[in-house]
Amino acid sequence: MAAKRGTDEMRDRVVLGEFGVRNVHTTDFPGNYPGYEDAWDQRRFEEAFRVDIIREEEGALEFDMVGIDAAIANAFRRILLAEVPTMAVEKVFVYNNTSIVQDEILAHRLGLIPIRADPRLFEYRNQGDEEGTEIDTLQFQLKIKCSRNPQAAKESSDPNELYFNHKVYSKHMTWVPLGNQTELFPDADFRPVHDDILIALLRPGQEIDVLMHCVKGIGKDHAKFSPVATASYRLLPDITLLQPVEDEAAEVLQKCFSPGVIEIQNIKGKKVARVANARLDTFSREVFRHEGLKNLVRLARVRNHYIFSVESTGILPPDVLVSEAIKILMGKCQRFLNELDSVPTE
Amino acid sequence: MAEEGERKAALETVQADGTDGNCVTFVLHDEDHTLGNSLRYMVMKNPDVEFCGYCITHPSESKINFRIQTRGTLPAVEPFRKGLNDLMGVCQHVLNTFERSMKEYRAQREEEMQ
Repeated sequence: MAAKRGTDEMRDRVVLGEFGVRNVHTTDFPGNYPGYEDAWDQRRFEEAFRVDIIREEEGALEFDMVGIDAAIANAFRRILLAEVPTMAVEKVFVYNNTSIVQDEILAHRLGLIPIRADPRLFEYRNQGDEEGTEIDTLQFQLKIKCSRNPQAAKESSDPNELYFNHKVYSKHMTWVPLGNQTELFPDADFRPVHDDILIALLRPGQEIDVLMHCVKGIGKDHAKFSPVATASYRLLPDITLLQPVEDEAAEVLQKCFSPGVIEIQNIKGKKVARVANARLDTFSREVFRHEGLKNLVRLARVRNHYIFSVESTGILPPDVLVSEAIKILMGKCQRFLNELDSVPTE
Repeated sequence: MAEEGERKAALETVQADGTDGNCVTFVLHDEDHTLGNSLRYMVMKNPDVEFCGYCITHPSESKINFRIQTRGTLPAVEPFRKGLNDLMGVCQHVLNTFERSMKEYRAQREEEMQ
């Protein structure tokens, strides 16, 4: 019985010891554990797998994926960061830039501005195509000139009063439809996601007149194409009290963990500690600094329970991003299946 | 200008002389740990596979060497194909479950608002 519990722990917990982490790698492959059915079984996977949505806010999504392995969860995370395509400014045609911001710095900043355009409506630009067609390019124009305000007070030193248009914001970028884009996208409103991104500062007489081409790209090519502010996951914490902890030790134990993890109950006059909600803990391992407590607690993580947190930059909602990431992984598999079928096996 | 010969193959196989298809190294172009690790996991779950591993030959080149060795006389392409199909099945199920959960969550939130 104890041996089975030991192997169960080896199979589905990652244990955080005082000086290291144990059972890190997935070991449940066929042949490793006698008596366990480890061969891939789609039906067993489907029975055990579930997705729980915890919280959905404006642009951020927190959800749990239970019953999947690290390799696949990590694949989704990597694809969310680097392979879900978006539209971003790639080429900047500078007609006039007399501002203090250099051309290349201005172009770099323009490239990092997230553009509210659904990338699924566009194609990738063909390699070597310098001009761009209407199905793979979005054109934006930024034309702004700073001038002095004749009505400003004599002694004022506030630039907001003295000058017009001295701050160049992303709201000054206007969409210039190419070709038949007005018919292709009749209801579309292509603009930067945020209106208040400060691009440059000007003084009277300075102007910026640039034309920008947005293309579709992926984060692997340049980080400006990444659709997520960040996408990360953590494993569900699992805190077990190996022995009952009472009185002062219980108080100290409660302080060792994040608030809400350990709660103290009053049982027959004695204060007894109980694990209330292990999910809230951030595992600072403070317990290991207390000699009396470190052997009473087992810190572990559940190996196949992933708490994902996806924050979008605003181009696509986070649930759409997750769906697209899963579809991209399917696309990769399909690509190699097609290759296998097209090349005759020797 | 003939361009057919220039299409870059995404998948090549390398096999040592004298062996009979049990152990093959697949060279996958334009791939990295994303597909490599997840595919390795799916292929390792196959009881006919004796050895499965992948490596990135050089970080500047985006290609991986994916090696499969089977028990007995099964050609190594079979677990590779099965691994790809299984991975597609996993992704499909994850997608369906995720979309269903999103719908339920949103429906539940609508109810709570009313």
